[in-house]
Amino acid sequence: MKPRPAAGRRLANLVVSSLATGSALLGMLILAWIVWVVVSRGLGAFNLAFFTQLPTPPGMEGGGLANAIVGTLVMTLLATLVAVPLGLMAGVYLAEFAQGSRLADNTRFSANVLIGMPSIIIGIFAYALVVVPLGRFSGYAGIVALAIIMLPIAARTTEDMLRLVPNTLREAALALGAPRWRITLSIVFRAAKAGLITGILLAVARVSGETAPLLFTALNSPYMMTSLGQPTPNLTVTIFNYAMSPYPDWQQKAWGASLLITGGVLALTLFTRHTLRERKT
Amino acid sequence: MKSLSATLTIPIMAADRGQAAAVETLTASQGDLKITTRQLHFFYGEQQALFDNNLEIARNRVTAIIGPSGCGKSTHIRVYNRIYELYGDQRASGEVLLDGNNILSPGYDLMELRRKVGMIFQKPTPFPMSIFDNVAYGLKMHYRLSRGELADRVEEALSRAAIWDEVKDHLRQPGTAISGGQQQRLCIARALAVAPEILLMDEPTSAIDPIATARIEELINTLKATYTIVIVTHNMQQAARVSDYTAFFYQGHIVEFGPTQRIFTAPTNKQTEDYITGRFG
Amino acid sequence: MPTDSLTISDRPVQQASARGDRTFRRLTVASALLIPLLMGGIFLALLHQSLPALKRFGFGFLTSQQWNPVTENFGALSSIYGTLVSTLIAMVLAVPLSLALALFLVELAPPRLSRVVGTIIELLAAIPSIIYGMWGMFIFAPFMANYIQPALGKTLGWLPLFQGPPMGIGMLTAGIILAFMVLPFICAITRDIFSLVPNVVKEAAFGMGATTWEVTYKVTIPYGLVGIIGAVFLGLGRALGETMAVTFVIGNSHRISTSLFGAGNTIASTLANEFSEATKAMYVSSLIELGLILFIISYAVQMFSQMLLKRMYRSWSVGL
Repeated sequence: MKPRPAAGRRLANLVVSSLATGSALLGMLILAWIVWVVVSRGLGAFNLAFFTQLPTPPGMEGGGLANAIVGTLVMTLLATLVAVPLGLMAGVYLAEFAQGSRLADNTRFSANVLIGMPSIIIGIFAYALVVVPLGRFSGYAGIVALAIIMLPIAARTTEDMLRLVPNTLREAALALGAPRWRITLSIVFRAAKAGLITGILLAVARVSGETAPLLFTALNSPYMMTSLGQPTPNLTVTIFNYAMSPYPDWQQKAWGASLLITGGVLALTLFTRHTLRERKT
Repeated sequence: MKSLSATLTIPIMAADRGQAAAVETLTASQGDLKITTRQLHFFYGEQQALFDNNLEIARNRVTAIIGPSGCGKSTHIRVYNRIYELYGDQRASGEVLLDGNNILSPGYDLMELRRKVGMIFQKPTPFPMSIFDNVAYGLKMHYRLSRGELADRVEEALSRAAIWDEVKDHLRQPGTAISGGQQQRLCIARALAVAPEILLMDEPTSAIDPIATARIEELINTLKATYTIVIVTHNMQQAARVSDYTAFFYQGHIVEFGPTQRIFTAPTNKQTEDYITGRFG
Repeated sequence: MPTDSLTISDRPVQQASARGDRTFRRLTVASALLIPLLMGGIFLALLHQSLPALKRFGFGFLTSQQWNPVTENFGALSSIYGTLVSTLIAMVLAVPLSLALALFLVELAPPRLSRVVGTIIELLAAIPSIIYGMWGMFIFAPFMANYIQPALGKTLGWLPLFQGPPMGIGMLTAGIILAFMVLPFICAITRDIFSLVPNVVKEAAFGMGATTWEVTYKVTIPYGLVGIIGAVFLGLGRALGETMAVTFVIGNSHRISTSLFGAGNTIASTLANEFSEATKAMYVSSLIELGLILFIISYAVQMFSQMLLKRMYRSWSVGL
């Protein structure tokens, strides 16, 4: 038998290994590049006014994005308050009560598909559901869109985390005479606490950076929000509007807002993945 | 302490006596029987696991259940607190009389059953909370107690489980912060706290070191004065040391039952004899 | 029987527990039901709102390049084309890179380095789409215009794909940025698959003197092939629906250009750009019909991906 030349095989291995290392370097390069750009351009926009003042009329310099910051915080918080309890309960159903039922399979499949659904489609749905009947754009529509995005994420994360809790723990509590709801709330949730919090925080991080679902629901506004029944200012749509505008001052503010969002999202991601993960092991 | 070597040296002439009448019924009056099982059949889905089990558990005695892996020992005792109902496809038919009342009847109060029948599992299962809260869990659920009373009951339960002195200064530490043997005694204290009448122990020492095992066996000896104990074990020496009566299971059938001393020295059934002398299992 | 101080005086707490359990269970079922209902609701809402356009244009909607809000003549062809082409570019670039990266993380890098690089990849996945858009429009597109596109034009300019002025903004740039966005997703799943291949199998191959690459392509990849394809489809689904990054850099033209340097549009970018401007009913309805098309494509891709991933996990009897 003729042996295959070892040199050829080693060369192939070398090429692929270099490619692999190269792609790792590329990934790091892109991240560094993006972060560098966002930080260097965004910092220039940071001053006290940025955080405390309202936007000035187009073309005029100065002012800030206080209204957008508040709007994003409020809408994200409210969407979380709506989606998380529902998602937790749905996750409990999938993990604790389902046992192969058709509804469970359907729910799990739908949740997975919804998670991969383009967020702009969800924005259109919220538009049809809330904006059209009410006759105007509103913060409520934005919250609905964001909540719909968060719900399946919360449900699937909850299910995965609850499944990790060993059955013997449930049996021990059941053997003491505890009803199922008590077992779930006082034992299983507590045992899965770290994972559940991680999942929720990651969902919050994801949703706070979303633009598309807000484009035709909450729209945007140059004023501080007074009621959620009106177009509500937010950072992401502001970035979109300002970046596309011809005003350098606005473009710089867009970078500032980008820095704010990116910083928040990256910090949250790092925190959850590493602090909470460490504590588990 | 009984030793198994006695069994091995006495010539066994049970070989030709056949299967009949291997199950000895307790001759004492009805008042001495805590649990009477009649014609119990058990199914995992379509598959039958227990066949026509008939067994009598004596009050304030230790009954050991022995047999090779997969013979149905755990399945049998898990009927006594109906804990199999956590899983939708498992079911039992027949009668299990606790103090004369059939616990398998739909009208039987399940919470009360599980308060009366405590269970200790193979793997220690402390809840994700403090030592104090672990013991108090069942108490708070079944009884209305003042804080002082609660603290007293917790101390009493931990004393009965022979672990009070070791943990009395660490009651607020998590239940997982103690050793395996201590965790198991904590689980025993947790079960004792709700004042059960029966203790089911499913291989309680197989996951624990020998010294801790000895302490738990001592504990069982003390506890039987107050409680009726049923212990599943694959360790025959343990069964011989600790129990008053022994039931030998094989492939879902009860092959032989009687006073421990007789089972280990003069079994009437050949299968029993083979198992005890180590010829299989 | 000896007195047991734990048994006497206290009355058991009233148990509303059986009722509590039923209510609890119903609550969880209701919450779970919400999700498939939402799915169905979205489809029905999209269908309902696109009915006017569906009736007016019929199947011709899919084949017409026309996009005239004034004459109210709309066609989805350029949007569908742009969606598919930008996604194709993204996948062609991202799939090999993801596999290579997963290989790096699982087989080549020492554990600490693997964790660091793994974190970096996770962070890349966390960056919001609009940030990629900002970076893309202000930084990467000019970079493409000044360096990459001229180079491509010089070397591959005989292909109609790489002809035309290097404007930076366009289909190619959009595809490349999409690749960066999709890369972390495919990589994360592929990495899990690679590390799930049982060590004994890999060791058997290494033991026969195979190189790392040979083990990967002869053992690891075939072992996890179904799952890898599932991961690829998951990334595909993401690329199809990516909105903000693409909107910033694709140029928003409704004409199909033969060159990748040219501008175009995707369904998502058109929706983002034009929806809030659309006032006339047929305009809105046509836009929503675009959304319906995207929904259907996305649903099909997701379903396929799920089927594959489920099959792989089942055959490995691993619940992930």
